[in-house]
Amino acid sequence: MAKLFAVTILIIAILSAVPILRNTWHPMEDISTHGQAIDDQLSETMWEAGISFLASQIILAWFIWRFSGTKLGEKTKSFPGGAAGLVAGAIILVGLEVLALGIFGVKAWANIYFTQPGADAMPVQVQAGQFAFYFRYPGPDGKLGPLHADKISETSQNFFGLDPINDPDSKDDIVTAEMAIPVNREIRLLMHSKDLSHSFYVPALRIHQDFVPGLDLQLHFTATKIGRYEIVCSQLCGLGHYNMKAYLSVMSQPDFDDWLKKEAAMQ
Amino acid sequence: MHDMSAHAAAHQGPPTSFVRKYIFSLDHKVIGKQYYGLGLAAVIIGMVLSWLMRIHLGWTNYPIPGLHLLSKSGAAGDVMTPEFYLQLMTMHATFMVFFVLTVAPFAAFGNFFLPIHVGAEDMPFPHFNMMSFWVTFVAFCVMVSSFFVGDGPTLGGWTQYAPLSAVGAVAGPGEGAGVVLWATSIAIFCVGQLLGTLNFIPNVLDLRCKGMSLWRMPLPTWAWFITSCMGLTAFSVLMPACIMLILDHVAGTSFFVASNLVINDQLQPHSGGSTLLWQHLFWFFGHPEVYIAIVPGMGIISHVLITNMRKPMLSHRVIVYSLGALAVLSYMVYGHHMFVSGMNPLSSLLFSFPTLLITIPSTILVLIWIGSLYGAKLRINSASLFALGFISMFITGGVSGFFLAQPSIQILLHATYFVVAHFHFTMAIAAIFGIFSGTYFWFPKMWGRMMNETLGKVHFWCSFVGVYCIFMPMHYLGLAGNVRRYQAFVVDYMQPLVGVHRFITIAALFTGAAQLIFIYNFIHSRFWGEPAPDNPWQGTSLEWSTPSPPPHDNFGGRHVVVYHDPYQYGVQSSTGDYVMQDSPEQVQTAHEEP
Repeated sequence: MAKLFAVTILIIAILSAVPILRNTWHPMEDISTHGQAIDDQLSETMWEAGISFLASQIILAWFIWRFSGTKLGEKTKSFPGGAAGLVAGAIILVGLEVLALGIFGVKAWANIYFTQPGADAMPVQVQAGQFAFYFRYPGPDGKLGPLHADKISETSQNFFGLDPINDPDSKDDIVTAEMAIPVNREIRLLMHSKDLSHSFYVPALRIHQDFVPGLDLQLHFTATKIGRYEIVCSQLCGLGHYNMKAYLSVMSQPDFDDWLKKEAAMQ
Repeated sequence: MHDMSAHAAAHQGPPTSFVRKYIFSLDHKVIGKQYYGLGLAAVIIGMVLSWLMRIHLGWTNYPIPGLHLLSKSGAAGDVMTPEFYLQLMTMHATFMVFFVLTVAPFAAFGNFFLPIHVGAEDMPFPHFNMMSFWVTFVAFCVMVSSFFVGDGPTLGGWTQYAPLSAVGAVAGPGEGAGVVLWATSIAIFCVGQLLGTLNFIPNVLDLRCKGMSLWRMPLPTWAWFITSCMGLTAFSVLMPACIMLILDHVAGTSFFVASNLVINDQLQPHSGGSTLLWQHLFWFFGHPEVYIAIVPGMGIISHVLITNMRKPMLSHRVIVYSLGALAVLSYMVYGHHMFVSGMNPLSSLLFSFPTLLITIPSTILVLIWIGSLYGAKLRINSASLFALGFISMFITGGVSGFFLAQPSIQILLHATYFVVAHFHFTMAIAAIFGIFSGTYFWFPKMWGRMMNETLGKVHFWCSFVGVYCIFMPMHYLGLAGNVRRYQAFVVDYMQPLVGVHRFITIAALFTGAAQLIFIYNFIHSRFWGEPAPDNPWQGTSLEWSTPSPPPHDNFGGRHVVVYHDPYQYGVQSSTGDYVMQDSPEQVQTAHEEP
């Protein structure tokens, strides 16, 4: 039975690795300028973790195969080098692995969080609420008007709680249910939650950030490929959580200008 | 070290009435069995809930016969509503994490065996110990009651992130009374576990018998001791956090709710609270909790393997130090649950390094286990199979930790099925394999009868293969961006993944059904199993020096004296290839550690 068990471990380990090696299921194609560093990090981790996984399972299976069964008169033996060698090996090998992943990982993270958006980055506000995203673009004045929680009303479609009568900056703001951005243009995303914690997860953009009620956050990114992608909520927010999604259209600059004009006309 | 065991036992003669013997018992062994029974009840509930969830994820609109009996509003026509799915998911995790993974490996086995392992006659505070169980039982009843109150249990997930959990019924079904009952139950649970740790720690420090130095304690006892120290600090944080959450509901406070939140077009009457405060408090408990679930299993499988390898681990001390390192580091890594939560991104990096570092003691443990197999005379039985299965599961769960320790990779994988795969392999399945290993190993001692080995092995094979079929594909789903906690996959890019979910559902139903073999084996063996000898596995530690099951005072009035390290195998003695800890026989041993 020990030998069967060893073979089973081996088969499971190999079968587990096959979809990874064949790339059967994989992250969506990256469409951001910062995503390559994340993908490189993922790939490097996959190699290191994959080798650790296969090596450990294979040695476990081998030792189970080799050292099972009671042999009369045979004495037990100790691993050559004892614990000290294994401890030293673990500290050196895993320590180096950890250092490498940790240090290189800083760069991928810093690309997103420790850099400032350029002065010409286009501001887009996204507001999350049970169970929809809404987006707001500044009009020709380039300014977003202030939000008033007491004026938020789904029924009158004042999703953000704007007060265009008293706030001149709000008058030309453009509110949309879909997000569109021009390709190769840096976006400054202003994240606001009107009710609970939500998340802004766009796998293709390599962007994933929770909304924090009471704390508006900013992100910046640049999309490099025209297309239609999905924004989904990954932070449990209630019964409609699974259905909280919106589309992100990455367009050429002229297409985007046309789209924004049409949206403005519909306000 | 003081020999207070006789003193403790002097306060309690063998009980005579049914109530004092089996219900309000002061005997740590009865309390251990009560905890085991509670864990078994909870795991059955948790497993049935997971079946319902999995069927729904595979075939979303498929009616599940009889489901309306569980909730009329949540399953009209036996088809599960989105909110009912989330309620079942929340309760699955809650029952599993608190009432199974904390209760069984730590409270159940720890209660039964820790005093025996150190040669004590009972816990130092038997009344506290009895209270510990019954308080936990009340917590369990409160949690179960939430199914039948108002609009059912909370749907906010076992993590109960605020403000969803703190604003009341306006946020959705179960978010009013359901959350209050959840938080009440967990606060009570914390009290129960704190009472438990207050017994475990002094038991180890003060009630060890003569000759039982700390280094002579068997590995599970070290693991329970370390777990107690973690529990003492972790539950002490979760309990007040739950009380604060209850106050946000019933007393108009705003600990976790910020100003100006609008839900259903209603401006919420809260101001000034912090959304992230709950996450910090919860995960300060939550990450040590992962180790509260897994560390006892590490001790148990080491103990089982040593007995079945007929040789000690390569180093007793290195295992203990590694368990200790896991415990200490577990407090410094909790922020990896919050990389994209909106906390300072610099904090994410600072939490990332200790998270990566924690792989070092984990790797050392795995290498010591595998290295110790070298040159062993490995006996294959149900207990050792589950122990070896534990190592395989822990390796698989451990390597996926490499990914999740890095903030940049969590941008892709946070809150996806990759995380579900990772934590199930480590804290859930590995821990449950530890429970099974302990059960097959210690059943003869606890109930005085042997379990059926053939059924045990069938149970193992179905579980081992089944678990890999369930959880390995979840890694692939996560890589493809499949978000967790969704009741259906209406997002375009997730729809092609439904086939994988169906495969997982079939595997889950099969693996769940295989657990019925265990339940049958357990019940049948309990009453009709072959009577167990005192030392069926030729073990060396003190539980094997006493009858099966042990008498009321554990050693029949004998004052135990320990002469040896816990695992003297591979020696030549009058009993065979081992010498028991309390045997005065002097033997030559090749393993002179410690």
